[in-house]
Amino acid sequence: MTTSTDPTPPNPEDLICAKCDTPLRIGKVLASYMGQTFPVDLPLCPTCGFVYVSEDLAEGRMLKVEQALEDK
Amino acid sequence: MDSDHVRTLEARCVEEHPPACQNACPLHVDARGMLGKIGTGDVAGAFALYARVVPFPAIIGHICDHPCETVCRRGEAGGPVRIAAVERTLVEEAYPSPRPTARRQTKPRRIAIVGAGLSGLTAAADLARKGHRVTVFEADAHPLERLRHDYPEDRLPPSAIAVDLGALDSLGVVIQCRTRITGGSGPRGLETLIDTHDAVVLALGPGVAQDFAPTIHLADNGRIAIDSQSRATSHPKVFGGGFHGALGENYSPIGSVRDGRRAATSIDRFLQGASLTATDAREEAEGSCLYVNITSHAPVPPTEPSNPKAGYTLDEAMAEADRCFPCHCLECTKACAFLSHYRTYPKRAVREIHNNLSIIMGNRKANRMIDSCTLCGLCETVCPTDLAMGDVCLQARQEMVASGHMPASHHDFALRDMADSRSERSAFARHQPGFDQSTLVFFPGCQLAASSPGHVERLYAHLRDRMKGGIGLMVDCCGAPAHWAGQTDLHGEVRAHLHRTWTSLGEPEIVTACASCLSMFRAHMPEIPVRSLWPLLTEIGWPKGAGQGSAGKTLAIHDPCVGRHETEVQRAVRTLARGFDVTLEEISSPELTTCCGFGGLVSFANPEVANAIVDQRAAERSEDYLTYCAMCRDNFARRGKRATHLLDLAFPPTDGSDPAARPDPGFSGRRDSRTRLRIHLLRDIWEEDMTDPEPAWTVIIPDAIRAEMERKLILVDEVTAVIAAAETSGQKIKDAKTGHVIATLRTGPVTTWVEYENTAEGALVHRAYGHRMTVEVPS
Ligand SMILES: [Zn+2]
Repeated sequence: MTTSTDPTPPNPEDLICAKCDTPLRIGKVLASYMGQTFPVDLPLCPTCGFVYVSEDLAEGRMLKVEQALEDK
Repeated sequence: MDSDHVRTLEARCVEEHPPACQNACPLHVDARGMLGKIGTGDVAGAFALYARVVPFPAIIGHICDHPCETVCRRGEAGGPVRIAAVERTLVEEAYPSPRPTARRQTKPRRIAIVGAGLSGLTAAADLARKGHRVTVFEADAHPLERLRHDYPEDRLPPSAIAVDLGALDSLGVVIQCRTRITGGSGPRGLETLIDTHDAVVLALGPGVAQDFAPTIHLADNGRIAIDSQSRATSHPKVFGGGFHGALGENYSPIGSVRDGRRAATSIDRFLQGASLTATDAREEAEGSCLYVNITSHAPVPPTEPSNPKAGYTLDEAMAEADRCFPCHCLECTKACAFLSHYRTYPKRAVREIHNNLSIIMGNRKANRMIDSCTLCGLCETVCPTDLAMGDVCLQARQEMVASGHMPASHHDFALRDMADSRSERSAFARHQPGFDQSTLVFFPGCQLAASSPGHVERLYAHLRDRMKGGIGLMVDCCGAPAHWAGQTDLHGEVRAHLHRTWTSLGEPEIVTACASCLSMFRAHMPEIPVRSLWPLLTEIGWPKGAGQGSAGKTLAIHDPCVGRHETEVQRAVRTLARGFDVTLEEISSPELTTCCGFGGLVSFANPEVANAIVDQRAAERSEDYLTYCAMCRDNFARRGKRATHLLDLAFPPTDGSDPAARPDPGFSGRRDSRTRLRIHLLRDIWEEDMTDPEPAWTVIIPDAIRAEMERKLILVDEVTAVIAAAETSGQKIKDAKTGHVIATLRTGPVTTWVEYENTAEGALVHRAYGHRMTVEVPS
């Protein structure tokens, strides 16, 4: 058991949808905010469509787009 | 915010007013800017500033009678900056001066100037630069004859005169010496001059002008009658330089230059058919005054030149230039970490905010700046004209909300927290048990309830013990977050709800423990009688045994920003603390206290600025701080400054722990406290049937992750909800390498992600983050 924070982010290649027991694959996804929609490629479960957003993406590129849209 | 209002606000900020030296200079030389450049050794830049305005820099640099020094504000702190001496070194260092160039004029006019003194030659230079054909007629053998007689060569070197006359020559000005202009219509007569030229300047210097009497009017003293501003005479084509005022006035070289310049400006207007009396912006600024706080500058004596006859060396001139403060107001910018973070001052900020609000398409770059003001009122307190940036920012926020342009992420979390504190999880109101009315109602405020619920219980018990007639309790939110966020409608809802609750309690007087609540009631619900808890406590005293263990402490007292003008409360708090034999130190005067970063919701919209504000305040004194606002205390604690609440002194922790070391409870801790306080009070005092909330899931969050969650505004409840949903539905991701589980849940406007590990003790959290965008696979 790890008791401290784990600085290494998960590697998308190691991720498996627990419900479908299927490895995630990169697929086409729509990201939306404030009425604007952008196509992006993200890891997702090919069976049930569960999309994975990494911390890196959420606090990096996504945050930038959110803030830019909020200031329009 | 209409443009008229914006202009009124801008006009009240004096920062862009010219400094006293520039104001006093007949040519408005930017002495402050020039000294600043010399101070850094930028001789070329300094000379460029000087020569842009001064027509004969080499000459004036040696003989200027420097009215600037008389008004220099450094005079009140060691002696005026010796600007003229610095200028002399400057022009000597900057030789040879750059040659001025004349503008190409499509229709050059012929101008005659009578008299080759400083005034006449200034008019000649100015008009030649504009491209006109200028001829100067001088009775003496040389131009500037008077200067050659009046000043010894070590004061005004002939080389300086030669350089400046050379520049005049390169402008194409023709000087005819030994040519005396007489009255009448002879070949050298004034009438002839007027007939053969488009305009004439009479720059005669001292002496009477009887010869010209038939052509132009003379004043009683025998001189030509000249309008002192426009330099117009009775003849429309003739303008006067040179005399500068009545007989007996002291000779001023810089005054002569100004008169020549005014004549040239008027001729230019006359030739274009424009009004002579139209004043330019510079003249309008005359008499304006830049506020300068002299007391903040230690006296420094003037630099003495090692060789007084030679004047300053460049090093000496740089040292003297460094004595320039320089004059600025910036009283608010110096006091406010928000304004200094944005390196701005009200005049500029107001314009920027107005422009931001006016944007139809494009980026609203000032949104975050508008949301970074704590609305604390310090700027208007230190401003010489009481300009309140908080009012401007608040109005801007209200307009942003109304027009749908307020960025949701700035205040969303704070408003959801307010909603929680107003919800039935936390809020309630009751008469004292056994009473069907209240003479007073205690309003502890959501932050005291959240930070130290035990103190609310103790205080309420104490008030019930000492006060007669039924003391009600109203645990609720005053609506400050809605007001600060510019949410006018939501704030109206909060007020309506508070009014209804107050009415249902029989309209009793409200006693607040929180300075924000006090000010919100006072400003927005004037129908409700309200008073502060602290003066009341000086009347009724503390419970027996209060304040044990506090004696002998030395604490520096921090007043909350919303209470900067509440002198009665400030006095009461000091009396109460001293009653525990605590030695108090003042950080600043209470009126000049700063915000803790919570005001105006800045800690949500701009944590960087909020932290700068609280850190700046925390650094002011080394002692532990004493506060009487729960939010101030927690913010100091969050930034590592030891701080004690007055109630910590009165009711110290029973476990003997150090109250000044009590950590910031954080947003999740605050919510839990509010919920638990309601359950405790209703169960223990009103004997209502309350059940403790069942923990939905056992979640273990290491301290480092908890701190990250606090920074990212993610609540423990949200993390727990993600885990509970994932474990219930089975919708989750597994990391094959680490065995960690990754799950997500959309709660309100935010999607929360949690990476955790199922252990025997519960779910151990490794990571939590969120985003506002939504993602979905296209259908
Ligand atoms: Zn799946």
